[in-house]
Amino acid sequence: MPHTLTISQLTDKLTQGELTSRDATQSCLDRIAAVDDQLNAFLSHDPADALAQADAADAARAAGETKPLLGVPIAMKDVIAVNGHPLNCASKILGDFNSPYDATVTQKLRDAGAVVFGRVNMDEFAMGSSTENSAFGPARNPWDTDRISGGSSGGSAVAVAADECIASLGSDTGGSIRQPAALCGCVGLKPTYGRVSRYGLVAFASSLDQIGPITKDVRDAATLLGVIAGEDPRDSTNVPEPVPDYTAALTGDIKGMKIGLPREYQVDGLDPEVKAATDAAVAELEKLGAEIKEISLPHTEYAIATYYIIATAEASANLARFEGVRYGARVDGASPEQMNRATRGAGFGEEVKRRIILGTYVLSSGYYDAYYLRAQKARTLIRQDFLNAFEQVDLIASPTTPTSAFKIGEKSGDPLQMYLSDVFTISCNLAGLCGISVPCGFSKIGLPMGLQLLGQPFGEPDLLRAAHAYEQVTDWHTKQPNLD
Amino acid sequence: MGNMREDLQHAVKLARIELTAEEEARLGSQLGDILKYVDKLNELDVEGVEPTAHAVPLTNVLREDEPRESISHEAAMRNAPKTANGLFIVPKIVE
Repeated sequence: MPHTLTISQLTDKLTQGELTSRDATQSCLDRIAAVDDQLNAFLSHDPADALAQADAADAARAAGETKPLLGVPIAMKDVIAVNGHPLNCASKILGDFNSPYDATVTQKLRDAGAVVFGRVNMDEFAMGSSTENSAFGPARNPWDTDRISGGSSGGSAVAVAADECIASLGSDTGGSIRQPAALCGCVGLKPTYGRVSRYGLVAFASSLDQIGPITKDVRDAATLLGVIAGEDPRDSTNVPEPVPDYTAALTGDIKGMKIGLPREYQVDGLDPEVKAATDAAVAELEKLGAEIKEISLPHTEYAIATYYIIATAEASANLARFEGVRYGARVDGASPEQMNRATRGAGFGEEVKRRIILGTYVLSSGYYDAYYLRAQKARTLIRQDFLNAFEQVDLIASPTTPTSAFKIGEKSGDPLQMYLSDVFTISCNLAGLCGISVPCGFSKIGLPMGLQLLGQPFGEPDLLRAAHAYEQVTDWHTKQPNLD
Repeated sequence: MGNMREDLQHAVKLARIELTAEEEARLGSQLGDILKYVDKLNELDVEGVEPTAHAVPLTNVLREDEPRESISHEAAMRNAPKTANGLFIVPKIVE
């Protein structure tokens, strides 16, 4: 069953000639056909195109080529451009949009030999924490299909957890990689802001967005990050830091590493089971030789308010481009303004409307200083908290989410409650840090839970080393949902 | 517009989003709650604090101003809802 393999396992089998990329790709396609009706992870996929890429990879391997992802099927969140394929951001407003170019990450995956196939489900324009905001219906959690997958990269996490692909890419603006990875039982890595090019990623909040991998284990996250990271002259926010060999960091040795526990993260609404699981995970890290220290992040309680001002302000500007003129669907109107209003009223879903209106409000004349400028100053204080903490510790540990996956529909009438579930993931984006979620246990009713580790800007090697060391002494990441 | 605070109605107008009466009522009340929640930031003393626009500050990122390959005119236009003669068509602006 090649679809159940990790990148490293599949690559070994491909190298040894035990499997072909066609076998692996066909196996993923068969798995999608068998289980995706239950899950709704894939919005579309093109089997003929996937198999053609697989055959090309097999031919390249036969000709002696070696590349880090040669022949490995990778699914893409529907917010990343793939030349010649649809791109909808799980929204109606893009109509039958078809990408005229490849995102930089897509090009890098191709250069590394990957089979880039399938667009996976998400919250519309990456706005949400449950994938219930998709215009194409929610992606469902493979551990309990009555429950949410998390979001916004829900489809990316479901596709990996249900073995419909070998690995996937998601994007993370306030937790959108780490949160669904935690709720579906996979590994999700949000790289440092500026580590991965955003060229070809449809913008939600440009100062917060970052593309990253969702994988079946930590080694795969390291491999995939190594492929997609790096300088890109087409993204002026991309930081020209050299890309290390991230897999070299996976030594298993974390003796003396200092890991901080923020005292402010003992929040109301933290599920006791989630707390117990993360406490146990921290105890494992301590047994492995890490030094555990309590730290303080005094501005934690302001992070959600800060985020929902900054992110919606940026979104209101970024989504102004969907006006029915240059691309996507149009609803006619007597004047350009009426056409814009009708197009946007019909094309955007409710959460997107809510955020655009909020963002417009906080940027509008008379409110800018009171909301937007004040939030940018609060962001400075939040970032400073982390910089201070990282003078005492190498990493910060917490639960990824305050609860395990909730029922579909449970929070959809109350957007503020939904926002509050982002409490542990959101600061990482505001402060420009890197973060990872790794599986750390299951609730009594069998739902996955995640341990989040946060690292300093460009501290991905430390982050991956600790996450990998933890994974070596646990087997949570090897559990598979039963979908038969 | 009916059931929405005037300041929010103004934002809806600026955002160019047509709302149904039902959406107006629901979004109006939800946005009111959210604005009440974010008022929490007024507790903070931000006197003398510099605003952060980007967590990883880079300035003056420039490339050489040289012609280079890009996607074709046709490819750039192909997703537009209405075009003619290589131009985007919009409703009449001037009477």
